[in-house]
Amino acid sequence: MSGAALNIALVGNPNCGKTALFNQLTGARQKVANYAGVTVERKSGSFTAPSGRTVRVVDLPGAYSLKSVSPDERVTQAVLQGSYPGEAVPDLIVCVADATNLRLHLRFVLEVRRIGRPMVLALNMMDAAARRGIRIDVQALSQRLGMPVIETIAVRRGGAAALVGAIDTAEPAALGVSTVPADLHAEVRSILADTVVMPAPTDRRDDAIDRVALHPVLGVLLLALTMFLVFQAVYALGKPMTDAIADGFGALGGVVGEWLPEGPLRGLVTDGLLAGLGTVLGFLPQILVLFFFILLLEESGYLPRAAFVLDKLMVSVGLSGRSFIPLLSSFACAIPGIMGTRSITDPRDRLATILVAPLMTCSARLPVYALLIGAFIPHRAVLGVFNLQGLALFCLYVAGIAAAMFVAWVAKRIGRSRQERALLMELPSYRLPHWRDIALGLWERGAIFLKRLTGVMLALTVLMWAICTFPGAPADATRAAIDYSFAGMIGHTLQYVFAPLGFNWQISLSLIPAFAARETAVATLATVYAVGGEEGAALQSALAAHISLASALSLMVWFAFAPQCMSTLAIIRRETQSWRMVALSFGYMFVLAYAASFLTYRIAGWLA
Amino acid sequence: MRLTELAKGVAAIVDHVADQHTADAVAARLRDLGFVHGEPVRIVATAPWGGDPIVVQIGSTRFALRRAEAQRVNLQTAHGVAA
Repeated sequence: MSGAALNIALVGNPNCGKTALFNQLTGARQKVANYAGVTVERKSGSFTAPSGRTVRVVDLPGAYSLKSVSPDERVTQAVLQGSYPGEAVPDLIVCVADATNLRLHLRFVLEVRRIGRPMVLALNMMDAAARRGIRIDVQALSQRLGMPVIETIAVRRGGAAALVGAIDTAEPAALGVSTVPADLHAEVRSILADTVVMPAPTDRRDDAIDRVALHPVLGVLLLALTMFLVFQAVYALGKPMTDAIADGFGALGGVVGEWLPEGPLRGLVTDGLLAGLGTVLGFLPQILVLFFFILLLEESGYLPRAAFVLDKLMVSVGLSGRSFIPLLSSFACAIPGIMGTRSITDPRDRLATILVAPLMTCSARLPVYALLIGAFIPHRAVLGVFNLQGLALFCLYVAGIAAAMFVAWVAKRIGRSRQERALLMELPSYRLPHWRDIALGLWERGAIFLKRLTGVMLALTVLMWAICTFPGAPADATRAAIDYSFAGMIGHTLQYVFAPLGFNWQISLSLIPAFAARETAVATLATVYAVGGEEGAALQSALAAHISLASALSLMVWFAFAPQCMSTLAIIRRETQSWRMVALSFGYMFVLAYAASFLTYRIAGWLA
Repeated sequence: MRLTELAKGVAAIVDHVADQHTADAVAARLRDLGFVHGEPVRIVATAPWGGDPIVVQIGSTRFALRRAEAQRVNLQTAHGVAA
């Protein structure tokens, strides 16, 4: 047996600490993909056991039951039974249960036991069980279940050593099919009565926190305060890092510029590649800081409470409390936000959330907002405490949220579904997040950007530079060189569409790469206004000289609502398997953005 | 008595979960989660803006349920309502 690789499957209820255990076992050697044909996340990894044998681990989606209707649970069941096409039959099932919540989790263990495949039970969170005075007779439990039972503490170093040992020495044997009685709940009660002493059904610490977190008034205040602090932190921590990255790339551009010979190649590298990379990498810190806090709140168990507090409000606009978490992620980027909608069980709620997620102000919009606000909104105090520039940014955020509520509400009115939409959401025990789980989560989400960056962004930056440079101006040129380039021709054509919004041809042109990735609009404007390298103050004064305040406001509103970016539309296609949803998203956002920008331009022009 | 009629913080015992229509997936899920005959249950919290949804303690787990879902859970009346 030893020598050959061993396939094991981790399975268990949601919130049993399964993913933390998976992280402990496999470390950073993880791969996240989808199961063939469905949008169910497939996490796999591997480790080398002390005996030298390779163990391949697949972390199955959490499930409450195997007979159920959700795609997650269907995948889990099929993989466990070895009937999922293309998936290896697991040699050993490691069922994970929270030792403090056996009343719920043992039922699922018994259900998996019924399949009759080789199996061990990992009794997780033994530290929390000990703290609460819960005593478990592991020997007796193992006897009653007819499988090895191993204690684990997934969040402690070495907390899975016993499990690794058990997996390593396992000589998996099938358990025999029909030993589990029909009434699983009765069997669980009987097993618990014989093997577990539980002083209190709930954790006093949970009770105390929930008295505040779930309170009708205090709970709302706590949520508002938490969100306020998170967004403050995003700017307080993210901004210095962003500035440092921009400075770094600026300096790098200078060094490389001196080293390269004068000519098109130098322009491409310094103005195109390095400036573009600097802009994109520049907002990575803000994304990561926001995701850090989301992961912190998620791992601690608070986010489902926030979803509970907000449920009524979200339902009234046509969403669900569960929409809260994906929409919060969308403030960093709509892509992980839309992927996060998989946790919304109701398909209609999920589609509505996907539809409005791109309206949340993602961090890619910030470089554009920062540029326009810096150039057109005076740095002036309002009412003593507020700053006019900060207020403008705040208004853009609010505009996005208000539009999302409006669109969801309209979608609810149009949608004719009379089907009941269930919430049914577990509020897990509070726990201190573990750095490893946060770090891996952050890496997983950060990697989405780095992938996007390396492909689409770089190619686009180079392409934009090329169409701005070629063909060159004729010898008897009377206008600026860029007017003769491909970029100039395209910009002038597009202007027919966008002139009613107050956009000149340079802005119209910048909307093309912005469709691939919003933030590149800044780099494009820098290129067409020929201010080169760094896009700071020089570009702002160039813009202020060339476009009116009304046009600038109109452009900001455009960026708040416009159908962008390409990657978002691609992810909508992937997650919904429907081109109709893509067309719907693009269509409504284009109409919304066009109408709002038109009104902004006319009203601002009329007031001026 | 139904779970939706139970006052916050009062202990009760589940009698059964009633199907609202044939193949009621919500009812089946509630039973899977432990809403079965003889199980102690308690409402821990009610949401702002009209008390919907509610947080219910069943076994050692807490679930947020909308009132439409909680409506299916029938409670024992005989010896159920103790402090």
